[in-house]
Amino acid sequence: MRAVTQYANEPTEESGGRHGVSEIILETKELTRAFGGFVAVNGVNLKVRAGTIHALIGPNGAGKTTCFNLLTKFMPATRGAIRFAGRDITRLAPAEVARLGLVRSFQISAVFPHLSALENVRLALQRARGNSYDFWRSERVLGVFDARARALLEDVGLADFVNVQAALLPYGRKRALEIATTLALDPKMMLLDEPTAGMTHEDVDRIVALIGRIRAGRTILMVEHNLSVVEGLCDTITVLTRGSVVAEGDYATVSRNPDVIAAYLGTADG
Amino acid sequence: MLGYSRAQGMALGILIALVIVAPGVLYPVFVMKVLCFALFAAAFNLLIGYVGLLSFGHAAFFGIGSYVTAWTAKNWGLTPELAILLGGLGGAVLGLVFGWLAIRRQGLYFAMITLALAQMVYFFCVEAPFTGGEDGIQQVPRGRLFGVFSLQNDMAMYWVAAAIFLAGFLLLHRVVHSPFGQVMKAIRENEPRATSLGYRTDSYKLIAFVISTFMAGIAGGTKSLVFGIATLTDVHFSMSGEVVLMTLLGGLGTIFGPVVGALVVTGMENYLAPFGAWVTVTQGVIFIACVLAFRRGIMGELGALLKIDL
Ligand SMILES: Nc1ncnc2c1ncn2[C@@H]1O[C@H](COP(=O)(O)OP(=O)(O)OP(=O)(O)O)[C@@H](O)[C@H]1O
Ligand SMILES: [Mg+2]
Repeated sequence: MRAVTQYANEPTEESGGRHGVSEIILETKELTRAFGGFVAVNGVNLKVRAGTIHALIGPNGAGKTTCFNLLTKFMPATRGAIRFAGRDITRLAPAEVARLGLVRSFQISAVFPHLSALENVRLALQRARGNSYDFWRSERVLGVFDARARALLEDVGLADFVNVQAALLPYGRKRALEIATTLALDPKMMLLDEPTAGMTHEDVDRIVALIGRIRAGRTILMVEHNLSVVEGLCDTITVLTRGSVVAEGDYATVSRNPDVIAAYLGTADG
Repeated sequence: MLGYSRAQGMALGILIALVIVAPGVLYPVFVMKVLCFALFAAAFNLLIGYVGLLSFGHAAFFGIGSYVTAWTAKNWGLTPELAILLGGLGGAVLGLVFGWLAIRRQGLYFAMITLALAQMVYFFCVEAPFTGGEDGIQQVPRGRLFGVFSLQNDMAMYWVAAAIFLAGFLLLHRVVHSPFGQVMKAIRENEPRATSLGYRTDSYKLIAFVISTFMAGIAGGTKSLVFGIATLTDVHFSMSGEVVLMTLLGGLGTIFGPVVGALVVTGMENYLAPFGAWVTVTQGVIFIACVLAFRRGIMGELGALLKIDL
């Protein structure tokens, strides 16, 4: 297969920020991860502009989740470098990456199942304020976060589920709770791994609307199989197959690319 | 109050009442033994029940507490409260080192490392000159509380042991229901998610570990004053197993479970003692029954029945 890498047509403005919108917030250089002899992510150079929604798409097993694991340091890279918000984060621990404002979600919904929706969100708020080591104090001091947590839950349509155990929420609501928890950290950049997977149509619409609302002031990198979601939301799309980037650009550009059609659209019916 | 719901508050009231009445009905020394093990099990439960860490070597901390208290009370003539406090600190320091070594590992590896380290402590106690080898440290004086009140009388000792137990029990409960405890539970529920929210989970685990080993040391220290002896049994592997059994039987992650578990296991050992090996067999059967049928343990099942967290 031709290793055509078709980059976006627009002028490169990575160093500039002269126009105020195109600063690169996340950048990888030759990011590579091998599992034994198998190279799951192969020399990926990714540039995500601040304030955009950037999609990472590709067939199953392409290495998208592995990319997320590398970017958030849940897994060490075999090779390559990662810069986030002007800092080299290649050697940081995962918790430190999160503290810099690069916060991920998980492909399989990640909530704290035996805690209530409110407690889930509060855990994120509590971390930011830094009294989380106080083991001698009553948990009632966490009450100061209740109003903010409720507001966040309301924002994602969970107003009626504030005191419900996360484990008891329907799947779509769990994803919404996960997003509310992530939002509570007010991250500069969010990584969403298939936020609409396994959802009903209604839930998908709700999540799409939610992502559209929360994008203000932040950058989102998302893995998404549902191409209509990608088309509606994303400014830039990077296509990954077998660990390598095969195309990049806006939806129109990428969907015309023959490699993409062969490798992605041909195998998975979006 | 203190993070107890109304039902739990009532259960706590019953517990306190029982602690007050018990020495009038049962042998005070037996009840003290139960209280020491109950505190030990509650400390163990903090890790397994609320952080999800299975320590297979908790006898090391109980035992070191027992030896430190016995040694300082006997050789330095420390007052009981200071000797017990030092026992707790002994447990905490050892816990800091062991926790630091073990916490980088997950799941079964964590359990295995704690077990291996605890075995090292055991052999150290067999060989070290100041632990008295097979004999242990005997004739440990109970001394005078604050240098004033003699604890020679069993009932005097009893009130001290009861106060230590209750204080420890309440403190552990406070830890569970603190901002820190909330993070502990988050780590138990989903550690990667806690990490992704920016929590340095290893330091939370280490702090929880040290709190637990401090309390285990306090429990061991109190026990050595009650019986006037610190022996190899206190650091032996079977002691680690026993605390697992107590917690499992009473109910993992329940408030009162470890206390009930300690009562049942200690009671069995005491009252079935004439039947010799049958104690071990009975324990084995109970252990299997718990794992197979009553996973939630006594208080877990009772709580589910009454729809309250006990
Ligand atoms: N921890 C691991 N050890 C070994 N191989 C792994 C590991 N994680 C992922 N892989 C392999 O790496 C490849 C990429 O996996 P990854 O989960 O990143 O794919 P993906 O693009 O997210 O796929 P999907 O769309 O199915 O979620 C797969 O072949 C997978 O089997
Ligand atoms: Mg994936």
